[in-house]
Amino acid sequence: MNKLTQRIDKERLLLGIAAPLLAVVAAVVVTTLVILATGKNPGAAFSDMLTYGSASDSQVYILNKATTYYLAGVAVAIGFRMNLFNIGVDGQYRIAAFFAAVLGGALTTPGWISIPLIILCAMGTGAVWAGIAGVLKVTRGVSEVISTIMLNSIATAIIAYLLQPGKLAELQAGGTVVSTKPLPSSSHFFQIDTGAAGVLWGFIVIAVLVGIAYWFVLGRTRFGFDLRTVGQSESAAAASGVSVKRMIATSMLISGAVAGLIGMPTLLNDSHQFSNDFPTGIGFTGIAIALLGRNNPVGIALGALLWGFLERTTNHLEFEGYDKEILGVIQGVIVLCVVIAYEVVRRYGLKRQQQRVGAELAAQAAAPTQKQEVA
Amino acid sequence: MRRVAKLSAACIATAALALTATACGSTSSEDDSSSSASAGSGKGGIKIGLAYDVGGRGDRSFNDSAARGADKAEKEFSGSIKELTAKSSDTEADREQRLTDLADAGYNPIVAVGFSYATSVDKVAAKYPKVSFGLIDSVATAKNVDSITFTEEQGSYLAGVAAALKTKKAHVGFIGGVDTPLIKKFAAGYVQGVKDTKPGVKVDVQYLTHGSDLSGFASPDKGKEAASGQLDNGADVIYAAAGSSGNGSIEAVSGVKGAWAIGVDSDQYNIPGLSKYKNSILTSMVKNVDVGVYDFVKSVHDGKPLTGNQIYSLAKGGVGLATSGGFIDDIQPQLDAAKKKIVDGAVKVKTS
Repeated sequence: MNKLTQRIDKERLLLGIAAPLLAVVAAVVVTTLVILATGKNPGAAFSDMLTYGSASDSQVYILNKATTYYLAGVAVAIGFRMNLFNIGVDGQYRIAAFFAAVLGGALTTPGWISIPLIILCAMGTGAVWAGIAGVLKVTRGVSEVISTIMLNSIATAIIAYLLQPGKLAELQAGGTVVSTKPLPSSSHFFQIDTGAAGVLWGFIVIAVLVGIAYWFVLGRTRFGFDLRTVGQSESAAAASGVSVKRMIATSMLISGAVAGLIGMPTLLNDSHQFSNDFPTGIGFTGIAIALLGRNNPVGIALGALLWGFLERTTNHLEFEGYDKEILGVIQGVIVLCVVIAYEVVRRYGLKRQQQRVGAELAAQAAAPTQKQEVA
Repeated sequence: MRRVAKLSAACIATAALALTATACGSTSSEDDSSSSASAGSGKGGIKIGLAYDVGGRGDRSFNDSAARGADKAEKEFSGSIKELTAKSSDTEADREQRLTDLADAGYNPIVAVGFSYATSVDKVAAKYPKVSFGLIDSVATAKNVDSITFTEEQGSYLAGVAAALKTKKAHVGFIGGVDTPLIKKFAAGYVQGVKDTKPGVKVDVQYLTHGSDLSGFASPDKGKEAASGQLDNGADVIYAAAGSSGNGSIEAVSGVKGAWAIGVDSDQYNIPGLSKYKNSILTSMVKNVDVGVYDFVKSVHDGKPLTGNQIYSLAKGGVGLATSGGFIDDIQPQLDAAKKKIVDGAVKVKTS
């Protein structure tokens, strides 16, 4: 019996890895065809990506990017585990980063007080923004897909209204960039100087902690069990005494709070202010990464690193004379392939299971007769 | 058993990570140094690096104007051009990477097109003190940077004068792409120009999108809708400073008899894609980014790189009104008078 479980687990693991791997391989094939179609040499492109992507400054860049993307992936994955499609991560992190930046610029307290306050403010704002969608779903039955998309636009409008000179922002020298008041240098998050390779953001530590917390809470606590149960079957969860509505509201709040962290590596380690060129669209990247990582804490990390690697290396491909649209093609194909590959692998796994169960049943049917014979 | 499998997966992942993080000590620039040396000796002449804003070459507007200047310099000094383009999801690190890649490969000068490069130019310029950088539409502090800015409000003032003199309904309009400080400069100058000429003329000011939503610079449909709204409201001269959204505005204006459109950045009367509507284009407020880029590249070629803030004002011909089509020939004396007042300092044009 022990041997059997071992075999199943290995198979599960293999099947789990197979889908993303299949997607990446398919993406490589499609990209090769696209580069061939533009009349260039794909082999040279891939080898350039590998050498450039493995240089030490590229590694630092990739880790920094992945820090942001990992938080985005986890924020989305929390919703996914509940069967909630939180598209609003994008608006949540932007509005959270904005208010955190305003607070951070106004604080004059020492860093060990300011930094936690800024982070808490971001998490709080993100949670409130996601909570609106949660409350609407629980009380009025509004689909979170619709409400979070709308809240994204509302967040954009609110930021645009407040991010103006004379309101909560100021005009910078040159007269073209509007930003919040910069954070005092005491409120900058710690970073690791790696010399020529650049500066590694200290926020990567927080991202790792978030990953561990995500794994622990979902996999090792009663709350996480309830959450996954609701995600798999609401009626079953309700029958076993779980308050579905409360779970929906809570998980939206947590998803929003983690979303609030997405803008923090950029704010605390890099820009130190929220300006009209703050990166946008990371919430949607998070959806792709959560899909790629199968909502698994390690998987999301690998997805985030892959995304960072692709951005770094395709930026350089443009420099080498390849078309800059290659990045979009690779990312799009990966996401598409991931969805298809999961379905293919799931069906294959199901078939295998059926065969195995069939074989077991057959063995069981055969076993009693043997016993009888022995007896 | 499951736990062990998961644990080992986690271990492998972290080990792989740690390995890649430590295995390669050299930076990408060290790797590149050999190839860039050979590339540098391969072709003589000046090597111009261009880092575009979102949209890049082919946007018929801002980036294209910079490209024109670089193309002219390339031909004249028999040099070569390398172009990189920004994405909307860019962070500071991406912009720095773009400039660093160019500097590493031996491009000098390097032109950063657009205000979003302000911070990154400062950082990269400090790392490469021997390379000359150009920055358009913003001001940098590093010593080896030429900050190329324009007095859009002065050119827009003249557009306002022209609009006030040409309107028959005493009602004109302004359409801005996004409510950024840069576009507000256009609006402020335009409104002041109208009011100084004919105080009774009403001005509608409208922005297509707000804040970090930059789609207002690239949505002809939004431009068309906004212009139709202003036309229905009674305006008969519409000035659009909205990137390619302005094309939509011009299209809407051309559908109304007697209404005029005022173009922006390039002389839009002469743009092939807009030739259908050119008889409705009164004039264009031309912003000569190409002149700024060309001057800068030439200065580097001559061995005396420009630095500091080069302000391309109305007086220096950095901005002005296009006369193609001859629609403003009849009011040229008034326009010249207004221009003289600005150049002499008798009129100070507001920037916000």
